[in-house]
Amino acid sequence: MRKVRGRIGMIFQHFNLLSSKTVAGNVALPLKIAGWPRGDRLKRVATLLELVGLEAKASAYPAQLSGGQKQRVGIARALAADPALLLSDEATSALDPETTGSILALLRDINRKLGLTIVLITHEMNVIRGIAHRVVVLDAGRVVEEGDAAAVFADPQAEATRRLLVSADVSASESHADAPDPARETAGVLALNGEPARDVEFRITLEGALTDQPVLSDLTLATGARTVVVWAKTERTPERASTTILFSVENSTPELVARIERYLRRVGATAERFDHV
Amino acid sequence: MFSLPLDRLIDALVETVVMTLVSGAISFVVGLPLGLVLVGTASGGIWENSWVNKIVGAFVNSFRPLPFIILLIALIPLTRLIVGTSIGTAAAIVPLSISGIPYFGRVSEVLLREVDRDLVEAVRAMGGGDWTIVREVLVPEALPSLIAGFAVTLALLIGASAMAGAVGAGGLGDLAIRYGYQRFETSVMVAVIVILIALVSLVQAAGDRLAKAFDHR
Repeated sequence: MRKVRGRIGMIFQHFNLLSSKTVAGNVALPLKIAGWPRGDRLKRVATLLELVGLEAKASAYPAQLSGGQKQRVGIARALAADPALLLSDEATSALDPETTGSILALLRDINRKLGLTIVLITHEMNVIRGIAHRVVVLDAGRVVEEGDAAAVFADPQAEATRRLLVSADVSASESHADAPDPARETAGVLALNGEPARDVEFRITLEGALTDQPVLSDLTLATGARTVVVWAKTERTPERASTTILFSVENSTPELVARIERYLRRVGATAERFDHV
Repeated sequence: MFSLPLDRLIDALVETVVMTLVSGAISFVVGLPLGLVLVGTASGGIWENSWVNKIVGAFVNSFRPLPFIILLIALIPLTRLIVGTSIGTAAAIVPLSISGIPYFGRVSEVLLREVDRDLVEAVRAMGGGDWTIVREVLVPEALPSLIAGFAVTLALLIGASAMAGAVGAGGLGDLAIRYGYQRFETSVMVAVIVILIALVSLVQAAGDRLAKAFDHR
């Protein structure tokens, strides 16, 4: 059992860092347990702290760090002994939305760079939306649904899944905080879906009567652009309606981009462009 | 009236310090593992075992209600066996240790129990064994409190060592009784009291400072 445990890196909701050890000391502990000699430990710890962006805090104590930094230490520690699997137990549940975003970005990075499988336990639907490929829904300790993340979100089968998604939507429209920042998030989402990141993306916002118009279809017809919708959401209150669409453009050329921008200006949509290198 | 037997006071101070430090060190070295065993064998502990817990707990408890002066006399045969004599500073260290060990054992048990169980779980998840958990988690995490608890134990031993004068162990208590009480030399009594207070304050202040230096919470 201890051998198997050594192959699983774990991160926790409350970080579980040792207050008596420095950041470097905490990260080095799994290596010490695995019997690494001191010199190798130091080198490995330096690499790991660089990976999570905490080189400067190596000799700080956990009490001197913010929540997000503590979780980064937790991640570095979990990766230390080169695990075959990273188990994240509600690792973002004690963090604010912004910090949650940066921790998820780091996990995604690790998933891609190290090719490491991450099992992420959470009750936060936005977290799953932002990062997961596959989803398993548990209800009272039993698996009630399992499948591709996108498929489960689009067409939930189990009652428990629907409940979770409904409550997530309620909390999202209350907070207005779930629109992804394309500059940071989208490339990840696309890559997670197994497609290459596209080079130009637009985020457009349509207000009032425009929300009832086929703006995107007309854009396609008028400019000849082939678009892929990455993310979209419509919000309606009795006084106001607004739709936000995030889409990417295939095979974009500067001329095409200029045509799209002209068209969007003409119909009165607010647009932002993101160029991915 | 004010002629203090200065060299006697210094001798007595040295004897008291020696008795306290040696018995204090023994209390720490034996008491801490006792505390670890008490915490570890308790329900939910790392070596959960109610029999060991009960037996060690009973052993620890059996010494604690005994007033030190009674322990001092009751332990004379044991002292003779270990030290060879039942009189003197070295002889007093045996009963002092026997009263300090269970005291510090209980103190460290309480303090070790305060260590967050999630930390133990986290290190278990890394594949850490019992010894790793003791050495890397329980003791370091409780260390600041353990130091403060040890200072309290030392203060207790300073007080107890004053009683050891009754078996001819020397020390400040012995001096106070023979000069201050039996020979009505009040100035000696006052000097001893002042030194004892200063000694305990010093130990307490040093303990607090050291505890703070190790505290990164």
